[in-house]
Amino acid sequence: MSDIINLNLSELVSNIKDKKISSNEVTSIYIERSKKSKHLNSYNEETFDEALRKSKEFDSKPDFNKKLPGIPVAVKDMFCTKNIKTTASSKILNNFVPTYESTVTKNMWDEGAILLGKLNCDEFAMGSSNETSYFGNVISPIDKNLVPGGSSGGSASALAAKLTPTTIGTDTGGSIRQPASFTGTVGLKPTYGSCSRYGIVAFASSLDQAGPITRNVKDSALMLEVMSSFDNKDSTSIDFKRPSYSKDLSKNIKGKKIGIPKEYRVDGMSAEIEKLWENGKNYLKNCGAKIVDISLPHTKFALPTYYIVAPAEASSNLARYDGVKYGFRTEGKNLIDMYEKTRSEGFGDEVKRRIMIGTYVLSSGYYDAYYLKAQKVRRLIKNDFIDAFKKIDAILTPSTPSSAFKIGEKSNDPVSMYLNDIFTVPVNLAGLPGISIPAGLDKKGYPLGLQIIGKAFDEQNILNIAYSMEDKINFKFDVKDWWMK
Amino acid sequence: MDEVSKDKDYLINRNGKKYEVIIGLEVHAQVQSESKLFSTSSTKFGAEANTQVSLVDAAFPGMLPVINEFCIKQAIKTGIGLNAKINNKSIFDRKNYFYADLPQGYQISQYKDPIVGEGSVVLDLTSGSKTIGIERLHLEQDAGKSIHDIDPKNTLVDLNRSGVALMEIVSKPDLRSPEEVNEYIKKLRSIMRYLGTCDGNMQEGSLRADVNVSVRKQGEEKYGTRCEIKNVNSIKFMQMSIEHEANRQVDILEEGGKIDQETRLFDTKKNETRSMRSKEDAHDYRYFPDPDLLPLEFDNAYVEKIRKEIPELPDQKKSRFIEKFNLSPYEANILVSDLDTSKYFEEVIKNSDVKLSANWITGELFALLNEKNLEIAESPISAKNLSNLINLIKDGTISGKIAKTVFELMSDGEKNPIDVVKEKDLKQESDPKELEKLIEKVIKENQDKVKEYKSGKEKLFGFFVGQAMKVSGGKANPQLVNEILKKKLK
Amino acid sequence: MSIDLKTVKHISKLSRISLDEEKAKKLEADLNSIFKWIEQLNELNTDKVEPLSSIAETKLRLRKDEIKTKNIRDEVLKNSPNENKDFFVVPKVVE
Repeated sequence: MSDIINLNLSELVSNIKDKKISSNEVTSIYIERSKKSKHLNSYNEETFDEALRKSKEFDSKPDFNKKLPGIPVAVKDMFCTKNIKTTASSKILNNFVPTYESTVTKNMWDEGAILLGKLNCDEFAMGSSNETSYFGNVISPIDKNLVPGGSSGGSASALAAKLTPTTIGTDTGGSIRQPASFTGTVGLKPTYGSCSRYGIVAFASSLDQAGPITRNVKDSALMLEVMSSFDNKDSTSIDFKRPSYSKDLSKNIKGKKIGIPKEYRVDGMSAEIEKLWENGKNYLKNCGAKIVDISLPHTKFALPTYYIVAPAEASSNLARYDGVKYGFRTEGKNLIDMYEKTRSEGFGDEVKRRIMIGTYVLSSGYYDAYYLKAQKVRRLIKNDFIDAFKKIDAILTPSTPSSAFKIGEKSNDPVSMYLNDIFTVPVNLAGLPGISIPAGLDKKGYPLGLQIIGKAFDEQNILNIAYSMEDKINFKFDVKDWWMK
Repeated sequence: MDEVSKDKDYLINRNGKKYEVIIGLEVHAQVQSESKLFSTSSTKFGAEANTQVSLVDAAFPGMLPVINEFCIKQAIKTGIGLNAKINNKSIFDRKNYFYADLPQGYQISQYKDPIVGEGSVVLDLTSGSKTIGIERLHLEQDAGKSIHDIDPKNTLVDLNRSGVALMEIVSKPDLRSPEEVNEYIKKLRSIMRYLGTCDGNMQEGSLRADVNVSVRKQGEEKYGTRCEIKNVNSIKFMQMSIEHEANRQVDILEEGGKIDQETRLFDTKKNETRSMRSKEDAHDYRYFPDPDLLPLEFDNAYVEKIRKEIPELPDQKKSRFIEKFNLSPYEANILVSDLDTSKYFEEVIKNSDVKLSANWITGELFALLNEKNLEIAESPISAKNLSNLINLIKDGTISGKIAKTVFELMSDGEKNPIDVVKEKDLKQESDPKELEKLIEKVIKENQDKVKEYKSGKEKLFGFFVGQAMKVSGGKANPQLVNEILKKKLK
Repeated sequence: MSIDLKTVKHISKLSRISLDEEKAKKLEADLNSIFKWIEQLNELNTDKVEPLSSIAETKLRLRKDEIKTKNIRDEVLKNSPNENKDFFVVPKVVE
C-alpha cells in the first residue's frame, strides 16, 4: 500500500489503467496522509468526502481513455473551483464560493482527475515564501524551519510531502519554479498564453501563467498536455497546435545549443550555485548538447521592471475586491468609508504594499517615469531573448540564488525578498516557458534547482532537455514524514 | 439677468459687454447590439434588475473580457457617417476609479488611441449651414445604475447596464448656442439611426451627454476656463443648463472673479448647475493599456467592406431630394432628418406625386401624429394608403378639400381611401354637363348678384363659387366650377 | 524621487485603503526603499524604444454578437453580503 505513495503520476496512471490499483485506494491513501499533515498547513480547504465519493464513482464506471483517470489532485487556491471555497489565501475572499470553474481545472476534471482540496499560497500569489497567507504560513517538509518558497508554497509543500501525487500552481515572477527549486520538485511555467487564465484569480494579467508542479519531468509533460488548451473566454489565450508533450518526450538532445547567459552570474553568487550551474553544463555536454556563451544585457533591470509592471496591473485587478459583490465587507458610514475599511482589513500587508506601489506608478505625473519606462525596458528584455534564441535552442540558469531560507528571515525586508526572483522574473517578462528541475543539494542538504528557458511555444524542447538532464542528475532526496501526527 | 441678444449670434449682454458662449459636447451613445461590448449578456432595455448580468459584468474573480465584433463595426460605421478618420490600430485602456455601479473598479475605455479620429457634421441652422468638428469617437463600457431613492439608508445597484457598449463622440468646441446644440444632437441622432448604430432614445438613456461650457468676450481669441455639466439626458435640459451655466460664468467674470475648472450637475428642479466634485476629489484615472486585451487592428479592406454597407445618409438624401424632386431645402430637411419619415416619404412617392406627398406628410400627417402623440412608424395611415389618397386628388376623383375629410375618416386606422370615398359618396362632381346645369341654376336664382358682379363687384365671384359648392353638397370640382362660372358670367 | 507621508496618504485614498499613522509611516519607509531600488531603471536610455504592453503573440480575437448568458441573477447575487434578492446593496454615496 505504501508503495502507492511512491508511484509517480505516470506510474499511477498506468497502474490504474491496468486495474492494478483503484482510484479509491489511491485517493484514500492521499487523504489519510493529508489528514495527518495539518502541521504543514498546506491546505486551505479539504474536499476529502467528496473526493472519496468521486473515486468510488470512477471505479464503478472507469474510463481508461482519460489522461488522469481517477487521479486525486489538490490545487493552488488561486483556481476557482465550482462550489468549493476559493480564497486566494486572503481574508477578503475567505467566504467566497465560485459558481464556476477555471478552464485549467476543468480540463483536469474532464480528464478524470478528482479534487482533493485547495492549497495554501501567498495572499493573491504575492510573495516568495508563503508567509503572507491569511491562513498562516506553510511549513516546508524539507525542514520545519524552512519556507517552502512562494507563492505556490502550499502546492510545493503538499507535493514534496506526498499529500498529493501532482499539483498545479500559478507563476507570475517565479511562483512555480522557485518553490519547486526549494522543495526538490519539478516546476514548469508554460509560454504566456498556453494555459487559459479564465477562472484564475488575477494578479498581474500580462505575467500570470498556470503550470504543473510534479515529481519528475515526465509527469510535468503529462500535466501540461491536460492543462494547456485554447480558450475563447480568454483574449490572451493562443490558438496553436499543442503537441502530445508526454508522448513526444525524448532524451535525445544531441546537437542542441544551450546558452549560458553571463549576466546571470550575479555579484556575490555563492560557490554552491556556481558549482550547480557548472555541473548542469556538464550534464548537458554528456547528453550531446553544445554549450554557448550568450549575453542577455538587460538582465539586471528585470526585477525592478517586474516590480513596477506587476504591482501596477495588480492594483487594478484587485480594485474589484470592494465588499460590494462578494467576499468580506466591513460596514462603513458611507460608501467610501466602507471601501477603505473593507480593503484595509481584508488585504494583508504585502498585498497593500503592492497595491500602493502599483497605484503610485500609474498615477498622474509618474506614469511616464515608471510604468511607461518599465514597459520599454520590458521590450528590451524580450528583445535580448529574441536575439539570443537566434543562435541557441534553450538557456540554462540556476533557478534561485540560494536554497530555501528560514521562516521569518526575509519577511521584514521587502527588497531582499524580491531578490529571490532574480532568475525567474525575466522569463515572465518575456512570456517564455521555463522549467525548474532539482539538480543538487547545498551544504546544508537542501535542494537546489536548475532552470531551462525555451523559445515561445517550445515547451517540448525544454521538457526534453530537462528529461535528459534529470536522467543524468539522478536526484534522490528523501523527505521523512517528520511532521505526521 | 440681462436678455440674451437677439442678434444672429447667441450672445450674453452684461454691462454693455457681449459674451460669446463656447460649447463642446461629449455624447455617449449606446451601441445597438444584441450582447454587450466585452460579455455575452443581453443589452435590452427595461429588464428586471440584475437579470442581464454575466459573471464578467459583475467582475467575479478570474473573469476576462472578450470583445464583440459587431460593436466594432458599429463604431466604424458611425465614424464613416461622421466623415471621420478610421484608425486601423486602437488600444483599449483601463480607466481606474471606484464607484458602486462600476464592479471592476475600472472601466474599459480608449484613451490615447481611439478607434475613430477627426470628423465633422454639417448643421442646418436658420442662419445657414455650419460645420461642427468632431474630435474623436471611442468605444467604452457603460456603467450600472445606482438607485438612491428606494432605500433611505442604502444605495441599490443594478448592473444590467454595466458593460453595454458606448460610443463616446467628442465634438470640438465649435458650438455657440443652445440652438446649435439642439441641431447637433438631432443630427448625430439622425445619422446613427440611419446607420442603425444607436437608436438615439434619450428617455431610455441610449443617448446622454456631458456638456462643456465656457465664455469669452466677443472678439477674444483665447478660450475661457470651462466647466463640465455631467450626464444631461434631454435636449431641453442641455439648453437650460447651458444658459444657466453661461450666465453664471459671466456673472463671476463681471465681478472680477475667476472660473474654477470643475464638474457640475444640472439640478432640473431648481434649474441651476451646482458643483459636483471639489478639486481634491478630482479623479486620477491612472489610464493604462488593458493587459487582458490586445490592440485592435484591422486593414483598410475591412473598413471598405463596412463602407459599402452604409445606406444613403441624411445629407446625401437631402441633396438628392432637392435636385431630383425639386423640393425646397426646408421641406427636404424635414423629410430626411428622421429615418422613419424619409422611409415613409420614399414609400409614398413610389406611386404618387412628389410635391403633394411632401405637403401632405409635412402638413396633415404630422399634425395628426402630433395630436395623437405618435411616431411616424406608428402612423394609423400607412404610406400605401396615403399614396392612394394623393392619387385620388391627382386624378380628380376628389378635391383637395374633400381629401381632408377623407383623411380624417382614415385617421382611426387602416382604411383605404378608395373605400371611404365610395362608402361616403365623396367623389367629386367633375362632369361638365352636370356642373353647367348646377351653375345655371345658381345663376338663375341669384340674378341680382349677377347684375352687381357684371357692374364691377368682382369680389362676388367667390359668392357664386360658394353657392355652387353648397348646392352640390361640396362635391363640385372647384377647378371646373371656376372655369364654367367664368364663362357663364362673362 | 522620494515619497513623503503626504503622498502615501494620497495614494492610500486613491486605492481606497485606510491607513493609520503607524502603518502610513511604515509604508513610507518601505516604499522609499523599494523605489530607491527601482531608480536604477533610469540608467537606461529608452527614448527610442516601443513600450511592450501585450506579451501575447496573437491578434485580438473578435467574438460574434450573441447572447450566451441569460438570467443568472441568483448566481450573481449569491455571494453578496446582503440578503437582497434583486439588487446589490451599498451604503449611501455622499455626493
